[in-house]
Amino acid sequence: MEEILEILENNARVSLEDLEKLTGKSQKEISRAIKDYEKKGVIVKYKTVVNRQKIKGQRGVRALIEVKVAPQKDVGFDLVAERIYRFPEVKSCYLLSGTYDLLLVVEGDDINTVASFVSEKLAPLSQVRGTATHFMLKKYKEDGVILTKLEKSQRLAITY
Amino acid sequence: MISKRVKKVPPSGIREFFDLVLGMPEVISLGVGEPDFITPWRIREKAITALEEGLTSYTSNKGLFVLRRDIAGHYREKYSLVYDPEDEILITVGVSEALDLALRAILDPGDKVVVASPHYVAYPALVEISGGKVLPLVTTPEEGFKINISKLKNLLKLEPKAIIFNNPANPTGVHYSNEELKKIWQVLSGKKTLIISDEVYDELVYDQKHSPFSSFSQEAKKRTILLNGFSKGHAMTGFRVGFVCANKEIIEAMTKIHSFSIMCAPIIAQIAASEALLAHKDINYMQSAYRRRRDYINKELNRLGLDNKLPQGAFYCFPSIKKFKLGSLEFAKKLLFQEKVAVVPGVAFGKEFNSHVRISYANSLENLKEAIVRIEKFLAKLK
Ligand SMILES: Cc1ncc(COP(=O)(O)O)c(C=O)c1O
Repeated sequence: MEEILEILENNARVSLEDLEKLTGKSQKEISRAIKDYEKKGVIVKYKTVVNRQKIKGQRGVRALIEVKVAPQKDVGFDLVAERIYRFPEVKSCYLLSGTYDLLLVVEGDDINTVASFVSEKLAPLSQVRGTATHFMLKKYKEDGVILTKLEKSQRLAITY
Repeated sequence: MISKRVKKVPPSGIREFFDLVLGMPEVISLGVGEPDFITPWRIREKAITALEEGLTSYTSNKGLFVLRRDIAGHYREKYSLVYDPEDEILITVGVSEALDLALRAILDPGDKVVVASPHYVAYPALVEISGGKVLPLVTTPEEGFKINISKLKNLLKLEPKAIIFNNPANPTGVHYSNEELKKIWQVLSGKKTLIISDEVYDELVYDQKHSPFSSFSQEAKKRTILLNGFSKGHAMTGFRVGFVCANKEIIEAMTKIHSFSIMCAPIIAQIAASEALLAHKDINYMQSAYRRRRDYINKELNRLGLDNKLPQGAFYCFPSIKKFKLGSLEFAKKLLFQEKVAVVPGVAFGKEFNSHVRISYANSLENLKEAIVRIEKFLAKLK
């Protein structure tokens, strides 16, 4: 049934009818499997990948923020991570090995919004030891999708 | 001005139709005989690096040793089939060249060659150009477009020099199981006929395992000229790399012609091909995409009354259009003009197949869906 995930991961809008034709499984089986995935949290959400760079007059900036934090007794990084990822400005939050601990993807209307999020919300947290903010200049590829240019096969329309 | 041999090869009766398709914008084409995938990046990147490193010379006539070695390794691992990279493998400019070389190397004027049909267009043409004579072995939809053993036995009485065998097959999508191949081999075993086995689609097999024709016995290996390449399974048509695995004597003869007429396959393409042998993930990804599209298109064609047997390999369906009472060229033309969907008329693959069309599902699911919508509209008007 992992095949269903593979197909949906690529296109969440595939209909049940098409899934049936693509996998050879019955619609009943498929919708049961999908429900099961949803219940177990394997399928978390169906969303649309939007390339905001293509929208005219689009405001908004993104930053990657490296955060060094002090782990806490018994709970490690989880609690401080939660303190941070609950801010709606934080779009993604990862715990990493290496020279810093948390990596955040933060979005704001402009540089100032992100800067004040860092200086007013993030940096003052007692467990936060330091931050480094990198503003994103251009997105080339995101989650396996190339955003800058579409490649199209140049093949002839008919060949043997 | 032109030689009799070449003149004798009939011009393709559907060239005109191809030109129509090529000249029409916004066609959804189910007529393409190559992958819709662009060559996987790691393969392209290898070619770019090779260019940057200035690898622009000739290679040995037989091709880069590393590539031959890796092909040998691939066959050993995947099929437990052992070929010596020194003198049993030759790198060619696609299976196309390999086929031409094989025929030129073994045929004397008038030698007979069994060609199972429906057939890839190059087979009978190249036999004729090499001075051979085609013995058609026509397969039928009732036989599942698979070789009928007693027909084969009868043709073998005429002592053909070779048989050209395509597995998995263009245009039918037929793939022979191990048992079926063994039965064919039993008929051929003990005879003199050579087997030219075009296995260029061997990576695109969906429900069963592929067995190279040479894998049945030492004798089968000795008499089989195994042709394969990187065009289909690795989405590398434009690189033009193929190869031949065969016994030393045949490889030597083919290399002789190749060394004079081609010299060697392009070095950049050979380097890219050796990377392709490592790109398992990419191959599997494309293979499972084709399999899904196959399942999809097969169901839809049958739903529309275009009777089709689930193809087991390559990326083609060869459904029947019999009940619509149109010849295949006429059907294809009407479909093109009315709904802008291109398919290849069955007659391109043998005159007996005028009530079939070839549909290639090497296309995006979106395009396949749109094509089905259009074909459905078209058929409704026909009735
Ligand atoms: C059955 C068959 N053999 C050979 C070829 C030619 O392949 P290549 O690109 O390796 O010359 C094709 C291409 O369509 C084919 O369908």
